[in-house]
Amino acid sequence: MIRIDRTTCCYCGTCVAVCPQAALELVDACLEEQEGCSACGTCAKCCPVGALEVCHEGQV
Amino acid sequence: MKDRYDVLVVGGGPGGAVAAETAAARGLSVCLVEKRPAIGTPVRCAEGIGREALREFIDPDPAWIAAEIKEASVVAPDGTELVLNAKLAGNKVGCVLERKIFDRELVRRAADAGADIAVKTTATGPVMADGAVRGAHLTGAVPQVGADVVIVADGVESRFARMCGIDTTVPASGMMTCAQYLMTGIDIAPERTVFTVGNTIAPQGYLWIFPKGERTANVGIGISGQKSGPGHRAKDYLDRYVRSHFPDGRSIEFIAGGVPVCRPPPSTTADGLMLVGDAARVVDPFTGGGIYNAMFTGRLAAEVASDCIAHGDLSGKALAAYDKKWRESEMGRSLARNYKLREYFIRQTDDRFNRLIHSAAKIDLDEFSVPELIREFVVRNPALLADLTAFRAALS
Ligand SMILES: Cc1cc2nc3c(=O)[nH]c(=O)nc-3n(C[C@H](O)[C@H](O)[C@H](O)COP(=O)(O)OP(=O)(O)OC[C@H]3O[C@@H](n4cnc5c(N)ncnc54)[C@H](O)[C@@H]3O)c2cc1C
Ligand code: SF4
Ligand code: SF4
Repeated sequence: MIRIDRTTCCYCGTCVAVCPQAALELVDACLEEQEGCSACGTCAKCCPVGALEVCHEGQV
Repeated sequence: MKDRYDVLVVGGGPGGAVAAETAAARGLSVCLVEKRPAIGTPVRCAEGIGREALREFIDPDPAWIAAEIKEASVVAPDGTELVLNAKLAGNKVGCVLERKIFDRELVRRAADAGADIAVKTTATGPVMADGAVRGAHLTGAVPQVGADVVIVADGVESRFARMCGIDTTVPASGMMTCAQYLMTGIDIAPERTVFTVGNTIAPQGYLWIFPKGERTANVGIGISGQKSGPGHRAKDYLDRYVRSHFPDGRSIEFIAGGVPVCRPPPSTTADGLMLVGDAARVVDPFTGGGIYNAMFTGRLAAEVASDCIAHGDLSGKALAAYDKKWRESEMGRSLARNYKLREYFIRQTDDRFNRLIHSAAKIDLDEFSVPELIREFVVRNPALLADLTAFRAALS
């Protein structure tokens, strides 16, 4: 699972392109997480502004 | 909007717009769907393009040209600036666009040519029949549209291609993660684009200043996704640069973005499907420029699609003529060369960058092009570039 900071996200789509599970989608100006995230962290690493954080099980 | 077309285009950027215009001008029924409510916004681009490259598609119009560019410079990590004057093209080498207006103009031209346009309409997945793509599911008024060919121009996200089974995932090392301010009130050379390199400034990428007026410019940065992380993201590097170089400038716009500089998938076609532009990962990996390549592949795909429709053969094999043609084109060959160039570039230390740029600081190039510049570097630095035999061969 990932945590999306919507006040920081600029809806640029970088994370969508690098996600190996195709688990992210930009619905207009709103990033949404679909099923299948493997918590690999690639999206969070590549985000130009730091709007993403991977949360592991148990974390909310 | 109908529920059946000869060609369905997914995405209203330059790639999709030129594809739709070309197909409609050839007499095909065409629909272009764009998920955003307004074409071209928010911009995800530094907006630079070569003047001749632009002219291949459209005559420059002051309505969407923000600045004419006459020279470029490369700044070494130690601050040495190498200015490249081009004698070529009456000294007008490039333009900085106003893409919000430019992109919309391209879509307007597609509409004028006869294409239907549906904004705020997302293609959510392919309609498949016998393993071939035969249209798309859409949000909006018409839930499903059938088409002989779907031209996919959905940009960096490239989700539609993935839903059709073509893996266009960009590895972190092949993603330039970018941030940019539109700044005003800054001291710049208004006809010069500036590229600054260096591992502490922009690791495995560069920082750019693209003028959009006397004291206004896109000031942005792209770094490799591999080098990005908490506290050292594109925005962190950009903020640091702006604080030290333009402390009194004002930012009137901020954008983030990703430029895919990985290699394209092994095939950019399948049964009933063609990928163009960023969706096909055909951005120039050295410069990060993708506007021209998107328009080039968009036009070529539409031409091949119209030939295939005329012959009644929409198999992946027939559509693959497009894949072959772009790879063999000058654009395709320059991509192939520039992957090697990028691999070389990202291995350089700051010390090497400094030495390279000092050695070349006095060149007056006749031709304003990457191979010409590299040839000069190679000529002037035989020892430095001795490891580049294969690379030299690629340029000759
Ligand atoms: C920071 C930055 C700076 C850049 N600077 C330059 C530069 O100076 N010069 C240059 O040449 N290039 C530059 N580029 C690259 C350039 O912006 C792209 O290569 C170019 O926009 C690609 O055009 P395209 O038509 O392929 O895709 P895009 O312009 O990205 O258009 C894709 C469109 O498809 C839409 N879409 C996506 N999914 C769907 C769907 N499922 N259904 C419907 N619509 C969909 C999107 O909303 C978007 O409008 C830069 C890129 C970035 C990020
Ligand atoms: S990469 Fe970051 S800024 Fe861009 S859409 Fe994803 S979360 Fe938002
Ligand atoms: S953590 Fe990995 S799998 Fe999960 S959304 Fe991010 S990139 Fe995709």
